[in-house]
Amino acid sequence: MKIKGRAIFIGVVMLACVLGIIGFPKNFQELKDNVRSRIHLGLDLKGGTHLVLQVQVEDAVNITADQALERLRDELKAKNVPYADVQKADDTQVQPPKHRILVKGVPQEKAADLQTLSTEQYSDWDLSRVPGDPTSWMLALKTTAAASIRNQALLQSMTTINNRIDQLGVMEATIAEYRQGDFELVVQLPGVDDPTRVKDIIQSTALLELKLVQDGPYASREAGLGAHGGVLPPDTQLLPGPTGQNGETWYVVNRVAAVTGRDLSGAEPSHDENGRPSVNFTLTRDGAARFGRVTGANVGKLLAIVLDNRVYDAPVINSQISDRGEITGPFTAQKVQDLALVLRSGALPASITYLQENTVGPSLGADSIRHGIIACIVGFVAVIGFMLVYYRGAGINADLALILNLIILVAAMGYIGAVLTLPGIAGVILTVGMGVDSNVLIFERIREELRLGKAVGAAVAGGFEHAFVTIIDTHVTTIVSAAILFTFGTGPIKGFAVTLTIGLVANLFTSVFVSRVIFDYVLSRREKGAELSI
Amino acid sequence: MEFFHEPKIDWMGIKWYFIALSLALAAAGLTSMAVKKGLGYGIDFRGGTVVNVKFSKAPNLDAIRSELDRENLHGSTIQRIGVPSDHEVIIGLDLKTTTSSAALDEGKRAIVTALSGLYGQAETSKLDFNNSSPQTVSDHLVAVDPLGLSSKGLDSATKTYRDLAEAIVNFRNSSPRSGLISDFQELSLVPGVNAGVIATLRNDFYLSGFAVKNTEIVGPKVGKDLRRQALYVTLAGLGAMLVYIWFRFELSYGVAAVVATFHDVTITLGFFSLLNKEITLTVIAALLTLVGYSMNDTIVVFDRIRENVRLNKRENFVDLVNRSINQTLSRTILTSGLTFLAVLSLFLFGGEVIHGFSFALVVGVIIGTYSSIFIASPIVVFFRQRLAGSSVVGRSRTYEREAAPARR
Repeated sequence: MKIKGRAIFIGVVMLACVLGIIGFPKNFQELKDNVRSRIHLGLDLKGGTHLVLQVQVEDAVNITADQALERLRDELKAKNVPYADVQKADDTQVQPPKHRILVKGVPQEKAADLQTLSTEQYSDWDLSRVPGDPTSWMLALKTTAAASIRNQALLQSMTTINNRIDQLGVMEATIAEYRQGDFELVVQLPGVDDPTRVKDIIQSTALLELKLVQDGPYASREAGLGAHGGVLPPDTQLLPGPTGQNGETWYVVNRVAAVTGRDLSGAEPSHDENGRPSVNFTLTRDGAARFGRVTGANVGKLLAIVLDNRVYDAPVINSQISDRGEITGPFTAQKVQDLALVLRSGALPASITYLQENTVGPSLGADSIRHGIIACIVGFVAVIGFMLVYYRGAGINADLALILNLIILVAAMGYIGAVLTLPGIAGVILTVGMGVDSNVLIFERIREELRLGKAVGAAVAGGFEHAFVTIIDTHVTTIVSAAILFTFGTGPIKGFAVTLTIGLVANLFTSVFVSRVIFDYVLSRREKGAELSI
Repeated sequence: MEFFHEPKIDWMGIKWYFIALSLALAAAGLTSMAVKKGLGYGIDFRGGTVVNVKFSKAPNLDAIRSELDRENLHGSTIQRIGVPSDHEVIIGLDLKTTTSSAALDEGKRAIVTALSGLYGQAETSKLDFNNSSPQTVSDHLVAVDPLGLSSKGLDSATKTYRDLAEAIVNFRNSSPRSGLISDFQELSLVPGVNAGVIATLRNDFYLSGFAVKNTEIVGPKVGKDLRRQALYVTLAGLGAMLVYIWFRFELSYGVAAVVATFHDVTITLGFFSLLNKEITLTVIAALLTLVGYSMNDTIVVFDRIRENVRLNKRENFVDLVNRSINQTLSRTILTSGLTFLAVLSLFLFGGEVIHGFSFALVVGVIIGTYSSIFIASPIVVFFRQRLAGSSVVGRSRTYEREAAPARR
């Protein structure tokens, strides 16, 4: 290619990069805004909160297993299959745990019925005999089914948390899987420097259930159990209620809820008739129909409003209610806001534990940027100045290549939306180091060729040719390892790998191609026999 | 300008002095690690809480310590950072004082409570302005509406106040205040702030003598996993480099380069242990940078050896290696000198946050350059001589063997 063609190509690349960074600004303010919106700074540089949390997906599998167990009891009764006991027999020694249900005391002549039931209704479960006991059977949740429940729980948690953060109005928040297979999520909240409230909102399970009260309230758990001779009636459970002036309250309620949070179509903060903060909710058409049936058939009874397995209120059903209700309790105005928010965003399918929390205050972010910029400028000026002194004319060449390299790096990161973090800056430093090295390699080689007595043109060509092999080897080696870091590393290590890879590719372009074009241009304008300034 | 004009140094002749020095440095570092029972990991690897606090005047560390003890935060570490006039302190709590994973931020809350007791204000109805986010400030401004914007509609008023709050907080965070103001009147410099705004802030907020700049809380699981992951990923990266160099050069070159890089990392970690510096995530980033740098440096020398072997098959290998190192010496010194210049400026001006990072690079650049000459090259020579010694016509045969796999 002629010099002109190559120069035009370089010009186009540079134009695309510069526009990528500054856009088409009409004034200085716009220019500043454009640059700010295109260079994505990580939380460690601009301030904000970084949370790593783990979704306890085993919760979701447990719930499925519990429901299967309840259903199995009912099904066995309905199909007239007698049994001595149905109980959970999870194997928690292995990771992940295996969920199993042990069915004991099934007469041998009924075994066929159990097998039919298993194939028809429990396709996610494997039925097998218990060795040494002809009347016992084991139902084990299939590994694939459990895995799918876990993944489902993770995805649903992500959606739910995303909804909640959205409604909180945190700008540019992101949520992503942190390490695959560990069910960990990383939540980035730019600008949030007091994460307490956000964390509480993310963490609240917000499982709302409306359940019919069988009897109660009792003053203690023991009293509740005692009223039933120590054994609760089938399909009921004992739940704690609000603690008032008269102490604790406990209710015996139906295990199966009339409606749950999934049947909500909306939830708003409001006030009850006494002016206390409360949450008003409305139900979907389907939920309203079911709620209407249950309340219509049970006028005069108590209805427990259960949130995360705790009874908040148990009002009397005065008449049939269909599509709306109210939750009251000892809430503050803030709590009511948050409760309405989490109810709207849906329940979490599993509980959440926090593994890591990192809050960078904006002033620290600003300080590290300021220090970083000063250090970079000092280092950069030193390097550029030295190249000029040492290589004279060719130094301009190297400095241009270096500056172009950084422009391409910044523009490419903007285009692909990569985030610049502190470890990312480490990658930039290595890039600059290797960029300088490429130029030094080439120039030293050209000097060597000149010492061997070659003509200037031949020396430049020879220098580039020889140094090219070395530059390719050093760059490919580093890019190979950066690819490994990118594939297997997380967070900070990935940030390092991204800037390094982009920087090195840009460097191959600038120090080998751009620098050569400049050399060729200088050579073409040179008077015959004049020395090369290197 | 030229520093070196065709140097003729017998590098391989003096290698033993430097190998001995390397062994001594490595031994010193490893002994220090053994005595101190492993490396001093930062909170991000160890698990625990670190809070970075700036004070408006010189903090009384003893008072802080006893206040923390009163909050049952025994065994906390308190250290000053930066220059004394910054009044900045890092408070660290080990994991054992924050045991329950349910309340990961328990330690942080206790620290803030303790500091509020010392440098805050007793009246609790007001909020601490120096530790408030733009959101909080904006909420209070919207509620009071000191600029009388309600007629312009809620959305427009909210946006104006949000921008104003952001400007106020940015002003507070910018130098020289760096997160702390001592009088609300200082805010009058912010465009858009009038007496009404200042009165509103004065009414709703007070000014404490400290600002929490940074919090880092790491649960026990994350720390251990991170440590393991950093190690495995680095080893995998080294393995990939070994394979590439094997493919481009020869297996012995790959082994030599990896051993040299490993040597650099070991000695750098040794320095961290000897100087009681903590290994944090940013230090790991620096070590990765060092691995890349050292590998780069080694390959440049190897590349020259490969080229010379191709041109001069009969030359004594030791002489050839010496010549190759001498030919690239000018470049080696220049590149490492310039890189050293750059990382030195990071070390001197980069600030506290990247101190460990830049320290690792300052040490690493020196070690990485030196190891290419005194560790990697002698290993290649060693392999070559062993192969030669095992055969009667060894020398010429090994040179022939050399040419074959080194393809372009």
